[in-house]
Amino acid sequence: MLDEARRKLMSGREYVGASKIDGPLVFVRKTHPVGYRELVECVDSDGKVRLGMVLDTSDEVVVVQVFEGTNGLTMPGTRTRFRGKPLTVGVSDKMLGRVFDGLGRPIDGGPSPLADAEPDINGRPINPTAREYPRDFIQTGISVIDGMNTLIRGQKLPIFSGNGLPHNELAAQIARQAKLRGGATDFAVVFAAMGVKHDVARFFTKSFEETGTLDNVALFLSLADAPSIERIITPRTALTLAEHLAYDRGLHVLVVMTDMSNYCESLREISTLRGEIPSRKGYPGYLYSDLAELYERSGMIKGVKGSITQLPILTMPNDDISHPIPDLSGYITEGQIVFEREMSGRGIYPPVAGLPSLSRLMKDGIGEGMTRDDHPHLASQLFAAYSYVKDVRNLASVIGEEELTPLDHQYLEFGEFFERRFVNQRKDEDRTIEQTLDLGWEALQLLPAEELHRVTEEELNVHYHGDGQP
Amino acid sequence: MNERIIGQVKRVSGPVIEAMGITDARMLELVSVGESRLTGEVIKLSGSGAVIQVYEETTGVAPYDNIYGTGLPLSLELGPGLLGTIYDGIQRPLTQLRELSGRFIERGVSAEALDRKKAWGFVPALAAGVDVAAGAVIGTVQETSRIEHRICVPPDVSGRLVSISPAGEYRVDETIAVVETSGGKRELSLMQRWPIRTPRPVAQRKPLNIPLITGQRVIDTLFPLAKGGTVAIPGGFGTGKTMTQHAIAKWCDADIIVYIGCGERGNEMTDVLTEFPKLVDPRTGKSLMERTILIANTSNMPVSAREASIYTGVTLAEYYRDQGYHVAVMADSTSRWAEALRELSGRMEEMPAEEGFPAYLPTRIAEFYERAGYVETLSGADGSVTIIGAVSPPGGDFSEPVTQHTKRFVRCFWGLDRQLANARHYPAISWLDSYSEYLDDVTPWWDERVGPEWATERKDMMELLQKEVRLLQVVKLVGPDALPDSQRFVIEVCTMFKNAFLQQSAFDDIDRYSTVEKQLRMLSIIMAYWRRGQAAIKRGVTLVKIRRVKAVQEIVKMKFTVPNESPEEFDRILARMERGIDQLEAIYA
Ligand SMILES: Nc1ncnc2c1ncn2[C@@H]1O[C@H](COP(=O)(O)OP(=O)(O)OP(=O)(O)O)[C@@H](O)[C@H]1O
Ligand SMILES: [Mg+2]
Repeated sequence: MLDEARRKLMSGREYVGASKIDGPLVFVRKTHPVGYRELVECVDSDGKVRLGMVLDTSDEVVVVQVFEGTNGLTMPGTRTRFRGKPLTVGVSDKMLGRVFDGLGRPIDGGPSPLADAEPDINGRPINPTAREYPRDFIQTGISVIDGMNTLIRGQKLPIFSGNGLPHNELAAQIARQAKLRGGATDFAVVFAAMGVKHDVARFFTKSFEETGTLDNVALFLSLADAPSIERIITPRTALTLAEHLAYDRGLHVLVVMTDMSNYCESLREISTLRGEIPSRKGYPGYLYSDLAELYERSGMIKGVKGSITQLPILTMPNDDISHPIPDLSGYITEGQIVFEREMSGRGIYPPVAGLPSLSRLMKDGIGEGMTRDDHPHLASQLFAAYSYVKDVRNLASVIGEEELTPLDHQYLEFGEFFERRFVNQRKDEDRTIEQTLDLGWEALQLLPAEELHRVTEEELNVHYHGDGQP
Repeated sequence: MNERIIGQVKRVSGPVIEAMGITDARMLELVSVGESRLTGEVIKLSGSGAVIQVYEETTGVAPYDNIYGTGLPLSLELGPGLLGTIYDGIQRPLTQLRELSGRFIERGVSAEALDRKKAWGFVPALAAGVDVAAGAVIGTVQETSRIEHRICVPPDVSGRLVSISPAGEYRVDETIAVVETSGGKRELSLMQRWPIRTPRPVAQRKPLNIPLITGQRVIDTLFPLAKGGTVAIPGGFGTGKTMTQHAIAKWCDADIIVYIGCGERGNEMTDVLTEFPKLVDPRTGKSLMERTILIANTSNMPVSAREASIYTGVTLAEYYRDQGYHVAVMADSTSRWAEALRELSGRMEEMPAEEGFPAYLPTRIAEFYERAGYVETLSGADGSVTIIGAVSPPGGDFSEPVTQHTKRFVRCFWGLDRQLANARHYPAISWLDSYSEYLDDVTPWWDERVGPEWATERKDMMELLQKEVRLLQVVKLVGPDALPDSQRFVIEVCTMFKNAFLQQSAFDDIDRYSTVEKQLRMLSIIMAYWRRGQAAIKRGVTLVKIRRVKAVQEIVKMKFTVPNESPEEFDRILARMERGIDQLEAIYA
């Protein structure tokens, strides 16, 4: 029998030689009993240490996934040490203002910050009874979000985008403009880049620099030229720091993770190498659970000041929202902001598709005392009217615009106003929620009052017939 | 009791452990693994090897770690104290776990499912000396202000009641009665155990002909569910499965609700936990939490416990059914459970069938839904378990295996439609794809209890909706102007029905729940508008004029303006609508 304490003692042992190396996987035979998910150090012939983790362990062979890739490793020359503990990362609030690699090692030339704690990067599930249901409205200053798909503190709200669409601009704008009503709070941004190019990382750094918030930002970069396997760890490292900042230091943390599609591809790579039975499009059957392990690390905790709000970005392969990556994400997150290439082509920024976008936590965070009393019905009415616009446009494309009824023409005008004036805004335009809502009513004024079933008489009297004053 | 070593770990891959050196392990035996005593279950035995599925995260488990047997299958503790509690998939009480390990769930922590310190007021119903059969009620405990917990003889016990304690306060594990069985004396307490994978026995199954009233109009009126029935709610992400399940959990007329959050979001469970205690049951005036049990095995909790959570939930439901209650089980989402099966099967390197799912998937789905039913309990009472299962098809495509197999075993189908959800038509239950095979069975109930016109009005409305589909195809090609007023009026009435009746806001205090009376009144008014309008058009009144009748706006908003308690308001709306059309006919016809 070998308990964990004994295993710690064995952690000094070094095994020379691997029985097989396959992609990022190293197979080692004849070891002492090694624990599942144990931290591993692989030393190459030059003496450089690479970190890894046990993916599969048995009395015969141990399979190690090496995060820094296996480039240059040789079967006889590889030395392996099993550390008898899971992969951890040192965290502290001194990490704000700094840049790290995917495993949490500084790459900005500065020294390693002194760690206040050293948690397991995999985190542990939050007890649902410890959660506080999120309901605090975050004003992003972006009408289509604040008005129609409200972001709530503690929410996980991904951006479903496509290649070449301005998801980075939107994420940066949200990170810059996000504020709670009623003043400043202690906030921080944790940024995790997986497999994106240098210029994307530079774009974000610059954007934070310009607003003078860089000191409140920690960046974890596993860029396109880093081994793809490192991407599997990057979001976990970032979220581990986010949890420390939020729950131990009381900060409100916004976590931006880009690009989740690259993350999923790395996962698929490993799964294929291990010969696992794939589910859709070759992605492993556990992709849902794996993504949930990341996305569920957001929210608010009872009796704790801080919070974690997640803004994952993913590019939909072929702009296909039913692809497993957006699909499974949508099943886990609390809504989604969906980009539409066609809107972008018409010069609308942000090119947010009106109908498939959704914020599920919106219902409890808007209305009287939170945003404005007319907000819930107004949003619902805008959605209903805009959805009818889509029908009218389809009809018009078949029978021609001239054949439309006068009412349908009014809807087309409404649709134009909604997209060009309400949705569309400048990349530095920061609208208050009142401006957003008033703009929504301005759009509805293009429709006859009888069409507005979803708002009340009083709301019509104040905002549609009246001047906004009760 | 944990000291029986049954073997050692050979290999660890995720939640599945291969064991070696197996001596006397039993199939489905509950075991604990390693020095941190992680809970697991034996799911395969072969020679000296075994496969164990572990209900906790297996980080750190290593070859040669010991495996300890308990000799028992994975079982639940059943007794007073279940209601209002939130458990994980293997019945660990989450509130207690939080006291033990804080905001995160640590591995290896355990706590008793039923509080051993709390005393319950027991009132015996029988005197010593009588013969008791399995399932007999020997006494009661007032569990919550609305639910009387009936203490029954366990299904595997019968014989002479040798002794029974007098009325008084007892803890769940104190002996309150002794039964002399053919196999010797059995001590009974307020609590019993039952293995989760074995259905609890009943005297007989009965026909399903009482609707489970949910207060949701599209369900009760168009696609009714029967008490003891089964229904699937499939839909892509964000189409409203969880909202529908929550609405039913809140407002349906079951006595007990078991809500299983199976592989879904943590915040959704927190939502229920914060909202239910504040909501008042319209029928009893009591807090909704007093009738609810929550099982939370969220998406980031271990997948094996997710697999078990479904059985845990339905076993709890059967236990209350056996006391003569009507129980509704919501499982959100059965797809996550099926995926847990797939993941475990994959880790065991079994041969996959469709899309990586194991070949036994259909059997497991059938077995699960088979545990629903309207029954005569062992003690002769009526009780039921209704199962409402959400299905999350990848890409929202209903042709995938879980949806398809589920469809074979359920008799009611509420298909959620992406287009409707995108248009914010909620609940997004499609009136074209959905069906209920319980319709004929529950019609007599509506006839007697609500009104004989229900069946015909409903049928007429469904026909109009079918007609509308054909008309809309024409409109798509040539525009609405090409249709005569009589046909445009069909579209007009269907649109009204969708807006005024089918759409129901879960967030509006008046609209969120409609009594059956309100549902029928609303349906009848819309049908009256249809009949009167159609006749007026025949007489030469134009559609434009009919549409302008003031009462039409009132009909569209009646769901928000007329509360359940004042149905007489519908008479007034109806009268105003008729008067409006009378006037038009007088002028234009
Ligand atoms: N009856 C309803 N009334 C009002 N809003 C609704 C209703 N049903 C659904 N919605 C809206 O749709 C959103 C998504 O619904 P819900 O969470 O039930 O989807 P789901 O099908 O369970 O999705 P997932 O599979 O991702 O869990 C809700 O947050 C709410 O905004
Ligand atoms: Mg859901």
